[in-house]
Amino acid sequence: MSEHHGPAKGIKRWLFATNHKDIGTMYLWFSFAMFFVGGFFAMVIRAELFQPGLQLVDPQFFNQMTTMHGLVMVFGAIMPAFVGLANWMIPMMIGAPDMALPRMNNLSFWLLPVAVTLLISTFFMEGGAPAFGWTFYAPLSTTYAPPSTTFFIFAVHILGASSIMGSINILATIINLRAPGMTYMKMPMFVWTWAITAFLLIAAMPVLAGAVTMMLMDIHFGTSFFSAAGGGDPVLFQHVFWFFGHPEVYIIILPAFGVISEIIPTFSRKPLFGYSSMVYATASIAFLSFIVWAHHMYTTGMPLAGELYFMYATMLIAIPTGVKVFNWIATMFGGALTFEAPMLFSVATVFLFSLGGFTGLMLAIAPIDFAYQESYFVVAHFHYTMVAGAIFSMTAAVYYWLPKWTGRMYNETLAKTQFWIAFVGFNLTFFPQHFVGLAGMPRRTPDYALQFADFNMMSSIGSFIYGFAQLFLLYIIIQTIRSGKENADEKTWEGANGLEWTLASPAPFHTFSTPPTVK
Amino acid sequence: MYLRINWLMKQTFRLAGFLLVYLSPSAWAKPGDRWEMNLSPGVTELGQEVYDLHMIILWICVAIAVVVFGIMGYVLVAHRKSSGRTPATFDESTKVEIAWTIVPTLILIAMVVPATQTMIKIYDTSEADLDIMITGYQWKWKYEYIDKEGGENFSYMSIMSTPQAQIDNLEPKGENYLLEVDEPLVIPVNKKARFLLTAADVIHAWWVPALSVKKDAIPGFVNEAWTLPTEIGTYRGQCAELCGKDHGFMPIVVNVVSEEDYAVWLASKKNASKVDLSVKSKDELMASGQSLYEKNCAACHMANGAGIPGVFPALKDSPIALGDVNEHINIVVNGTPGTAMAAYGAQLKPDVLAAIITYERNAWGNATGDSVQASDITNFNQ
Repeated sequence: MSEHHGPAKGIKRWLFATNHKDIGTMYLWFSFAMFFVGGFFAMVIRAELFQPGLQLVDPQFFNQMTTMHGLVMVFGAIMPAFVGLANWMIPMMIGAPDMALPRMNNLSFWLLPVAVTLLISTFFMEGGAPAFGWTFYAPLSTTYAPPSTTFFIFAVHILGASSIMGSINILATIINLRAPGMTYMKMPMFVWTWAITAFLLIAAMPVLAGAVTMMLMDIHFGTSFFSAAGGGDPVLFQHVFWFFGHPEVYIIILPAFGVISEIIPTFSRKPLFGYSSMVYATASIAFLSFIVWAHHMYTTGMPLAGELYFMYATMLIAIPTGVKVFNWIATMFGGALTFEAPMLFSVATVFLFSLGGFTGLMLAIAPIDFAYQESYFVVAHFHYTMVAGAIFSMTAAVYYWLPKWTGRMYNETLAKTQFWIAFVGFNLTFFPQHFVGLAGMPRRTPDYALQFADFNMMSSIGSFIYGFAQLFLLYIIIQTIRSGKENADEKTWEGANGLEWTLASPAPFHTFSTPPTVK
Repeated sequence: MYLRINWLMKQTFRLAGFLLVYLSPSAWAKPGDRWEMNLSPGVTELGQEVYDLHMIILWICVAIAVVVFGIMGYVLVAHRKSSGRTPATFDESTKVEIAWTIVPTLILIAMVVPATQTMIKIYDTSEADLDIMITGYQWKWKYEYIDKEGGENFSYMSIMSTPQAQIDNLEPKGENYLLEVDEPLVIPVNKKARFLLTAADVIHAWWVPALSVKKDAIPGFVNEAWTLPTEIGTYRGQCAELCGKDHGFMPIVVNVVSEEDYAVWLASKKNASKVDLSVKSKDELMASGQSLYEKNCAACHMANGAGIPGVFPALKDSPIALGDVNEHINIVVNGTPGTAMAAYGAQLKPDVLAAIITYERNAWGNATGDSVQASDITNFNQ
């Protein structure tokens, strides 16, 4: 390299960071911290639900916990985690020197702690934090909401701005900074899934901003968008929210699919099966995500024609999603498989996400959704997709690329142990929730009828085990960074492919100042 | 704070006991509700149809899972590197890819046909034998029986009857803990009942699994649902849409009775819905006022009148409860628009309101000495 300037010293390195690796690192640590905050809320929820009756918290505080658990996990943990991964990996995967818009990159990260601080500060306000669920249906979130809702609205606006800037940056990078010879159809799958996710974010986040702005107007400026008393429409809120909300769940899961599509070929020592069908399937899922939103609203009293349309359209999603799962299995088929920690987490993602997919198909079918709607069956379903889909694959990504990021190897035995603890804890937590849901337990209640007691206790025990697994993960990561075995190999994994594995480990501060040529 | 150390200690012992008892094989064989893990067909034909559809879809999913995970499991075992294999290099097969796009499409089409038929039935609310208007309030239900012959409707509130002491673990929990109400909905067996659902404040959802009904109750909208129970019995459900603090504490109980019993019940209910306009002493009003307050008002304003700061205002020492009595009546009867304070004139009878207002003006050290009579409320309304 001709230039020799390294990172700035001390706090300035992070405050004024424009290097994609530094910003990626900040995103990853920030999201990991938020994962523990949201996880703590989950532990409070499960401790209260350990047995019938109210023991730990009062109902209002319980509702604050479920609300903040959802908001912090979605907006503070999962989304920033994958943006962090994009920051670190996309330039290295497409042979770019950095992100296309490094100063905006700095801003989009530093907005996050601001927004989350604002959100968490609502706990200390009179009336407490928002207590209307992460879906914040009006008018519970407007006329009947605590005064802190205004701060929640502001926080959502800032989070949205951060996400949109992050997405613009990712798209600008992918479109403009690919190395010579890297055509779109040669991009790694992770890059493809992020390109599509960025489109989804740019389209969906402004809709969310619109929803919260209408709430703000209803609360402070006398409008009646969502108030029936003033001629408004509470159901309109749900349409607007889910027009954002359904793409949002694919915003969370598509980058996870990308990670899996990188890791499975590596440990199968065989190229990804059906690359182009993978790309088309991802794009189809993204397109469909915008035309199925009202399947979250089957019981709101839509006209019959609406129910049928949304049922048919939603069921279509099973086709491209099935294609992806089949492709992953076909990738492994005939390979030479080994099961290091990243592969264990990836295989578990394929298996558990598919279970979430099956329950998703059941939920898509409107007449039986009337029985499932707002029960614990739904809670089980979306944790199988969000946790086993997004969190498991994120953990896989951390183990997979940690040697590249730090130049040190994690302890494989500890990592495999951590996987099995997480796997058992996760399933013990969420599998019984299918049962109580079908048997008739509604979600979002701080207390429940006696017949649900045994499965709930199991679920709580499972959640404590799963929570412990995350502390163990933190320990393994810190141990790797501080005293992991040096791993100077460019290519950590025998079967790995891709430009990031042509770089030194740890990856130098500046990489690809001269673009590589892709054949 | 929210944490209680003693409680945590106790739970640790309970947990140990739980593991000992429940992880022993004999415990798993125990039959009964506690291990219920599936939908119930309930007591309606529609419920049976929904249950059958659920089972068909579930078994199709299980069959697909067995095939897909079977192949995956085989690959995970047979294609390990440790078995000394060289990896294959293929990365596409148009034939296979077309096949696994078309086969799922066909399966989905097979699912859609019965699903559409059932969906159409759920939406068929025509030719109902009786109409009941259900209104969701924070955190109770109002049932209004609509007289189709043009006679007078009657209505009543249905509120959870589980004592707070059971919820706070001060008393042993009853059999129907959280699923019991003071006055259940009563409908006749083998008659089609149509429910007209709305809400007075936030969105609620009326859910009784055994009757195969779940529908949102939304302010400003009237939704329709129906049931046709074929078995006499008591069926329980809960609010299914997060509606604020006591969302978990607004159960639904439906008594399905014989046609004769229904007629008797209907007559007595119509009689009881008359208003008692007799003048009462302050002591009488205070005595009935306390229990009525605790039933109707304490969820927000709290039993000690202190409210929840920042969310629900206190009544103890409040300028309303200590101020002009007509203003107090006005707020209770007409509510405060734009807040959680509902218009109770539409929910409670004048004699009930009179007792509650009297109680609020004299309890917790609020010493106005006022006693409000039912006639004061009816006069105020005119």
